[in-house]
Amino acid sequence: MNLTLRIWRQKGPEDKGRMVTYQVDDVSPDMSFLEMLDVLNERLILAGEEPVAFDHDCREGICGMCGLMINGNAHGPQRGTTACQLHMRQFKDGDTIDIEPWRARAFPVIKDLVVNRNAFDKIIAAGGFITAPTGSAPEAHSVPVAKGNADAAFESAACIGCGACVAACPNGSGMLFTAAKVTQLSLLPQGQPERYTRVIGMVDAHDEAGFGGCTNAGECTVVCPKGIPLNTIGRLNRDYLAATAKRGDNTPGS
Amino acid sequence: MDLYTEGDPIADTRAPDGPIETRWERRRFEAKLVNPANRRKMTVIVVGTGLAGGSAAATLAEQGYQVKSYCYQDSPRRAHSIAAQGGINAAKNYRNDGDSVHRLFYDTVKGGDFRSRESNVHRLAEVSVNIIDQCVAQGVPFAREYGGLLDTRSFGGAQVQRTFYARGQTGQQLLLGAYQALERQIGLGNVEMNARHEMLELIIVDGKARGIVVRDLVTGEITTEFADAVVLASGGYGNVFYLSTNAKGCNVTATWRAHRKGAYFANPCYTQIHPTCIPVSGDHQSKLTLMSESLRNDGRVWVPKAKGDNRKPKDIPEDERDYYLERIYPSFGNLVPRDIASRAAKNVCDEGRGVGPGGLGVYLDFADAITRLGRKAIEAKYGNLFEMYERITGEDPYEVPMRIYPAVHYTMGGLWVDYDLQSTIPGLFVIGEANFSDHGANRLGASALMQGLADGYFVLPNTVANYLAAGPFEKVEASHPAAVEARRDVEDRIQRLLAVNGDRTVDSFHRELGQIMWEHCGIERSEAGLRKAIDEIRALRAEFWQRVRIIGDADGLNQSLEKAGRVADFFELAELMCIDALHREESCGGHFRAEHQTPDGEAQRDDERFAYVAAWEYGAEQPVLHKEDLKFEYVHPTQRSYK
Repeated sequence: MNLTLRIWRQKGPEDKGRMVTYQVDDVSPDMSFLEMLDVLNERLILAGEEPVAFDHDCREGICGMCGLMINGNAHGPQRGTTACQLHMRQFKDGDTIDIEPWRARAFPVIKDLVVNRNAFDKIIAAGGFITAPTGSAPEAHSVPVAKGNADAAFESAACIGCGACVAACPNGSGMLFTAAKVTQLSLLPQGQPERYTRVIGMVDAHDEAGFGGCTNAGECTVVCPKGIPLNTIGRLNRDYLAATAKRGDNTPGS
Repeated sequence: MDLYTEGDPIADTRAPDGPIETRWERRRFEAKLVNPANRRKMTVIVVGTGLAGGSAAATLAEQGYQVKSYCYQDSPRRAHSIAAQGGINAAKNYRNDGDSVHRLFYDTVKGGDFRSRESNVHRLAEVSVNIIDQCVAQGVPFAREYGGLLDTRSFGGAQVQRTFYARGQTGQQLLLGAYQALERQIGLGNVEMNARHEMLELIIVDGKARGIVVRDLVTGEITTEFADAVVLASGGYGNVFYLSTNAKGCNVTATWRAHRKGAYFANPCYTQIHPTCIPVSGDHQSKLTLMSESLRNDGRVWVPKAKGDNRKPKDIPEDERDYYLERIYPSFGNLVPRDIASRAAKNVCDEGRGVGPGGLGVYLDFADAITRLGRKAIEAKYGNLFEMYERITGEDPYEVPMRIYPAVHYTMGGLWVDYDLQSTIPGLFVIGEANFSDHGANRLGASALMQGLADGYFVLPNTVANYLAAGPFEKVEASHPAAVEARRDVEDRIQRLLAVNGDRTVDSFHRELGQIMWEHCGIERSEAGLRKAIDEIRALRAEFWQRVRIIGDADGLNQSLEKAGRVADFFELAELMCIDALHREESCGGHFRAEHQTPDGEAQRDDERFAYVAAWEYGAEQPVLHKEDLKFEYVHPTQRSYK
């Protein structure tokens, strides 16, 4: 099939950027979306034009490196699918497709479709872990975990940190990402000792990084390729409320 | 042979002797320790943030060392360990099914076709149990039973249920555990994290590894970085085949640059071809996607009995199907190890009985399992994998059998290391898939995650201390001649690549190199084919340096330039792989030489001549072979049989 692509080109962080139109012919429906961009880039190189920069790595939907706004949808039209797993059979001959980077204050554009998502790492560094220095762990079976909690923790832990939630949010909020990690760790017995310091640390880091606040628009969960549920944010809010009530209270048992 | 020369044999002088189950304990006791107050004064560079590199960086920082960590991705969380699906082995024996440290050790040595070191493998089996404890403490959400205890399953070639898993995303969950521990240390200021940075050269001062040259992939800036020890955890080199299950960025550059500076490269021809991947759909194919081999627990592999049978699978009656794995290997059936399943698939396709486009595929059929267990049960076990298959192929595997074909998946070869995981360059340690150490000629399923975390959490942090006990070493400045030279080499190389300004893309060269390697150094190798491949690789490499075209400059993000540097190194590695495969005149594990097979087509080892590790020293003209003899005191080498 033959397609018209309108792609965001931006030389660097300081460049204003603009949409540029390209024609790509002979696209196979069995190609992935990124393979279609590979074809375009090969042609651009041979024509002496600079290829389109885009992030990608595993191309099997798990590393979270790829992220494109495709016709205004984060990762494109197919639910539960990253851009790398999206295949061209989802499009029709003659389609015009707009391709843009994630747009959010906390994710500045580096070049073309590549953005800086370092803010996500900062949120994790501020508390998205369980302190368990290597060698200190007790026997794995010494603490059973109810299957329901383990399964729900897994569901939240499936987040790949791609940032689609932020790109889709009208406020540019990273709350679904933050809530997914808070939920995973607060459902596990191992995560209890740091439960309340964790949520405060992570939410503070989230706000400092320039993400917007959550207003329950719910766009994030719709575009999430891993289906992280919106109720994780409810859980985060409950923990955050409890944590602020305890803030500064260091008495044992609090 | 005309392609290499032979040098002195080498010995792993670090491995203690005595009863095998006491060796690791003895090594740890004999190792020198570093006073906690002195650790702060020492810096360790760790390249790569996968299971091995991430866990090592976090653990070294916890111990008090200053750590500098590097990865080419935009975040340490994205390293390709994340894509491992199936699980992680550990000798916990929670199933009471006869498992033990000794059995995991035995299975791994046997599974590696008797081409690994007993001492290393035993240590791996010993620490496997600590890994599970560590990961659970970090909050890794492993699958659990209703009683709240950990679930396990059997996996590729094992008859005990020792594989711990987190649905089809075990690698992701283990990596995020290590990543979170790493981020905690970054937040505490103990690790300096450098994402979107690529190591392009090793710096050696007074015979010791003292630093690296890195390129900031965003700004293009090239800098020299120094430390008291350097750890490479940069993964495997499967992308030399262009099409593999590796991530697109996976490359050999870090280890190859170290090899050129003196680190021996061991067993480069040992590559693992995974039997259950989604077949190639066309010339546009940029990578191959693995379907977890856990699918082989319930799926049955078959092809039509007749050549060129183009009927739809459901129209082929039962008695006209050949369930060839069950037929040839009745005791292991569909669960035979990866090398055997891959070769069997290639054989039936070579016979003209393959299915799908180009006849390069076999069926993996769940119809019986769906009838026996119900669709719900299959959905619960494999739902995400079935969805992934449908997204990629547009076919519904609940209705139509999956089509699968083998693809390059893992490389057992890597930089040679001693028992302490130190390369032939003092101060250069190599961990995870980047080293050669534990899997011999074939890796068992769910053992890569085990080895990566064993090296990073438990082995390296002990052995590197023994080396650092002699430090801190004299500070190296960027003005040191060795650093200046290494940096200049990197800059010159980049300029040379940009200056070619030819008429072919990097990808077109990479694709062609991959075809040569797949055809002649893939599932089956022969002398004639390997010699042909070497000639073709040399010619293509020369052409690359005359015709490659890279647009743009080195002063910012330039993804074509990054790829070009990696492909240039793949060319050199590819030649060494073929030489290694050519010199090893036997079949073992993932290395199958057409000339060396048993009458019924199984791999024929030659223990008399080849029970050694082939460690290659870089030579400007020809590589130099150093042999490390393998001794088997506990597991007696036998013909591997899964019949």
